[in-house]
Parts: sequence; structure tokens; C-alpha cells
Amino acid sequence: MLVLSPLLVPLLTALLTALLARQPVLRRGVSLLGAAALLACAVLLLFDVVRDGRQSVALGNWPLPYAIEFAADALSAALVLLAASVGAGVLLATLRWGETAEAEAGLHPLLHGLLAATGAVFLAADLFNLYVWFELMLISVLGLLVLGGKRRHGEAAFKYFAVSMLGTLLMLGAIGMIYGATGHLNFGALRVASVEPALAGALPAYLGLLVLAFLLKAGAFPLFAWLPASYHTLPAPVLALVGGLLTKVAAYVLLRLLGDVFAATPGILLEALGWLALVTMLSGVLGAAYHWDVRRILAFHIVSQIGYLLLGIALATPAAAAATAYFLFHNILVKANLFLIAGLMFAAAGHYDLRRIGGLYPAWPLLALLFLLSAFSLVGVPPTSGFWGKFMLLREAFEQGRYLWGGTALAVGLLTLYSMSKIWLEGFWKPQPHDGPAGPRPAARPSAAYAAVVVLSVLILAMGMFPEPVIRHVEQATAGFWSGALE
Amino acid sequence: MTPRSSLLTQSARPLYWILLAAAVWVLLRGHNEPGGGFIGGLLAVAGSSLVAITLDVRAACRLQPLAPLPLALSGVALAVLAGLFGAAAGLPFLTHRWTEVGVSTVMLFDIGVFCTVWGALTGYVYALLDDGEAAP
Repeated sequence: MLVLSPLLVPLLTALLTALLARQPVLRRGVSLLGAAALLACAVLLLFDVVRDGRQSVALGNWPLPYAIEFAADALSAALVLLAASVGAGVLLATLRWGETAEAEAGLHPLLHGLLAATGAVFLAADLFNLYVWFELMLISVLGLLVLGGKRRHGEAAFKYFAVSMLGTLLMLGAIGMIYGATGHLNFGALRVASVEPALAGALPAYLGLLVLAFLLKAGAFPLFAWLPASYHTLPAPVLALVGGLLTKVAAYVLLRLLGDVFAATPGILLEALGWLALVTMLSGVLGAAYHWDVRRILAFHIVSQIGYLLLGIALATPAAAAATAYFLFHNILVKANLFLIAGLMFAAAGHYDLRRIGGLYPAWPLLALLFLLSAFSLVGVPPTSGFWGKFMLLREAFEQGRYLWGGTALAVGLLTLYSMSKIWLEGFWKPQPHDGPAGPRPAARPSAAYAAVVVLSVLILAMGMFPEPVIRHVEQATAGFWSGALE
Repeated sequence: MTPRSSLLTQSARPLYWILLAAAVWVLLRGHNEPGGGFIGGLLAVAGSSLVAITLDVRAACRLQPLAPLPLALSGVALAVLAGLFGAAAGLPFLTHRWTEVGVSTVMLFDIGVFCTVWGALTGYVYALLDDGEAAP
């Protein structure tokens, strides 16, 4: 039952908060309670998985591989816990945000719906359920995108919807063809069925289609244009959940499918994925360098970070999978934290455009410090969490003789430093411009959001200072990855 | 607005009840034969839409046990609850239990699906019809 809790708890919370549409105080209480319960369940689940190994449940007690299976292993249980923590943090940050009453009534069910769907994607152990929950996740985001109710929100939602429908069709087509060729959807059954020699001719094509679908949803080159174009209209705390989690879920699915389920991934697909990863990294970081809106800069950095994750998948060894998993953990936390900080910057300075704000350092020194920590972590400066992720990834790249891949990843790190110092210099360091909006307002400090940022920063710092337990965990989690017949 | 057929406006309510009876019959029949909560729910939506188009949205809404959104939400809640019965007995989620008199958690689940479909789709239909009414 614990295995299903990351799905059932937020689902029930979403239902309750939707039914409480007219009671704002009670709704917030239920919503917070639901988030706390989810966090507790996720912690217990992780303990269970670490102690007893993989936990699985076959719905309705039907025999496998025909039953709908949900399973938690070391990788998915850890990701569920991260999603629950970011979810709780974001909920805290949205509590006193002062959106309109209607927007707030819709916000809670949608946030919990998003958390339920994310948890279910991490736990799904068959392709079709993966698809269903992935779509539910996107539908929740679509709901969040239109909540603002303005014309630009509708426009952003339409762009997002159009692109993700295309990805959905590709995904469904690929899943249908894989089912037709193997007769299975369950991961365990597919693991056995996919290495049969009779499939060797067709499988690369099906897998290619499936990978393309998830690359689209992850925001990889050349299919990333939808991401900065639609994300930047969300209010920053909600953006923290969406930007912190959504594309990372797609990256997780790619790692799971290519590394674990279809471990006999053809080499040509991996080679293509590696080069795509490089271009994704570069285009993301260069796009960020051009922009001045904090949300757009951070959205482009999502794209760039997805490049690192794809690089880790393309390297295709257990060590690379461990590095990818570590990078995934670190990235979810750091990205969510940076978006929350962007939200606080907006609350303080009244604008997201760096050219129009400034002087935040003297007004909010602690926020400036917390921003530096997350920014350095994104860049990968030791001893932050990002350093270890990049270190593991680059070591694997150089050991495999992929000097160009590793070198590009290093250069992208430097460019990341450029955009992060731009936010620092323009937003925090330079004095407030005279024609800017109201200017720093120390009184407008949303304390709950501040608390969420502090907690996430402590987690990031802990991951950087004491990386051994996390590294040991991901190495155990991904020890069996890429075990299929490579080449 | 085109003139309405008085024959249709007079028969809308009786037809609604007939359609609803058919929907419930299909729902119950789905236990062992073709049918079930989803198809039954669609039939109920057909009934509600008939009333909403021939009379108006408010009349159709009054004939439903709950407003569309709460109806859909309680449907989902009922389905989840049906799954939890098995879990309470230590079996996996959605393992179904039967009693001697033919009442089962499968039935509960199907009624949940019925309400979800009925609530969600009438929600869409009413929203679309309302837009049409508002336009001159």
C-alpha cells in the first residue's frame, strides 16, 4: 500500500481541495496536510526500499505481466521523495502569494494533481501507465498555465498544448508499435522480450520514435522552443514546481527506458543522443545569455541542464547512469530553488526584468547569499552539489575518450557562470535604477516562501558537503543499468 | 434563436428519465455482459444534454443529483474508495471483494466511473451551451 501512497495521497488531497472551493482557509489547511502526509509517505517508502529492496504492487491482485504494476526501486523512491519535498516547498511559497481568489481555488487541486501524476510516472512499471500519468501531468500543467486568465496565459498554454500533443501522438504510436511487436507493456516482460533477435531490425526504429517523443517533452534541441515561450507566464513559485520537475521527469523516463527496460539500445541511437545533448546544452546556455527576464534566463537554463542529463544517458554505463541520477537529484532541487528565489526577487523589486531592478543585496543580504549558493551549484563550483554531479559525468566522458563531449560540458559550465553573474550583478549588486518600479520593499517579505528557500538551500548544501551517502545510493540504484547486450 | 418544437420541449423530461433508466440498466448489466459505468455514464450525459438543449442548462443541472464538478469529483472519490476496500484487507489496491447478495466493490467502482463520466462531460456540455446562449 505504501508503494501507491505517492499517487493516492495527493490524488485524494486534490479531490478534497477541489470540493472545498468556497472555503479558502480549510482548503489551505487540507492542502498543507496533504503535502505533509505525502512527504511522510515518501520518506517511509524510501526507508522500506533501502532496507528490503524493490517493492511492487500488482493492482487488483492479477498475475504479472498482465496486471497494472507500480514499483518503487532505489531510484524511483528517491525521486518521489524529492518531488514531495519540492511540492511541499512550493506549496509553502504559494500560501501568501496574493493571487486572485479564483486562481487560488484552482491552484491547490492542480498542484496536487501534478504531484500525484509525477509520483505515478516515477512508480509506473508499464509503458501504458507511464503514458497515461505523463499525460495527466501535462494536463495539470496546462491547467496551471491558464489559471492566470489573461490573454498571454492562453497563448502560452496553446503553444505548450500544441507541442505536447505532437509528443503525445509520437509516444502513443511508438508504444502501440512496441506492443504490437512484443505483445507486452510491462517493464519486466519487455526487458526479456526486447532482446530477442527477431526484433533486432525493428526495435531501433520504435525506440527512436519513443526517444523523440520524450526529447520533445524534455525540451531538447531542436524541440525546446516551446519551453521558454510558455513557462515564463507562470507565477514564479508554481514555475518552481513545473520547471524543477517536469522536464526532469522526461529525462528520468529516458534513463529508465533506455538504461533499464530496453538495455540493448542500439549504439547509433546513443551516438545521436550524445551529439544532441551537446547542441542542447549550448543552445540553452546561449539563449539564456541573450535574455534579461529572470524567468526566461532560468527557463533557458532548464534546457541547458537537460543537455547534461542526456549526455549522461548517452554515455551508457552504470557509472554514467549513477552520475545522471545524481545530477537529476541535484538539478530538481537547485532549479526549484532558483525559481523560488526569482519569485522572491519579484516580490522585493516588483519586476522580473533585470534592466529595471537592482539594489537587492543591501536590502535582502540573506536572499543574495542563498541565490549565490544555488547559482554556484548550477554552475558546478566545488563544494556545491552541482560540482559532484558534473565531476562524475565528466570523469565518465573523459574515461570513454569522449573529449569533445566532456570539453563542451566544461565550456557550458563557464557560460552558465556568465548568466548567473548577470543576475547577481544586475539584480543584486548594481543600485536600483531611477526609472525602475517601486524598488526594494523589505516589508513585503513573504516569510513562508523564504522558509521554503532556506530549507531547499540547506538540502543543496548538504548534498554538496556530504555527497557520499547520495553517491552510494545512486550507485546502488543504477548498478543493474545498461546490463543488456550493448553493440 | 430558432423556434423550438413544443413536442420536444414537452417530452424532454420524460425522455430524460427513460434515458437515465436505460443508463442505470446498462451500468448494472455491465457486471457480466457488455455495458458498465463508462457507457452508462455516456447515456446519462445524453439525457442531460437533451434537457440542456431543449429546455436550458439550469433545468438539466437541477435534474442531476449534484452539480457537474462535485459529481465528477465524488465519482473519482467513490472509485478510489472501492479500491481501498481490498487494501484494508491486506490485499493489493483495487483487489475486489464480493458479498453473498451480489453487492461488490466492483459495483462501487463502476458507479464511481458512471458519476465521473456524467459529471465531467455534462460540465463540458453546459459550458459550451452557455457560451452559445450568451452570444447574440
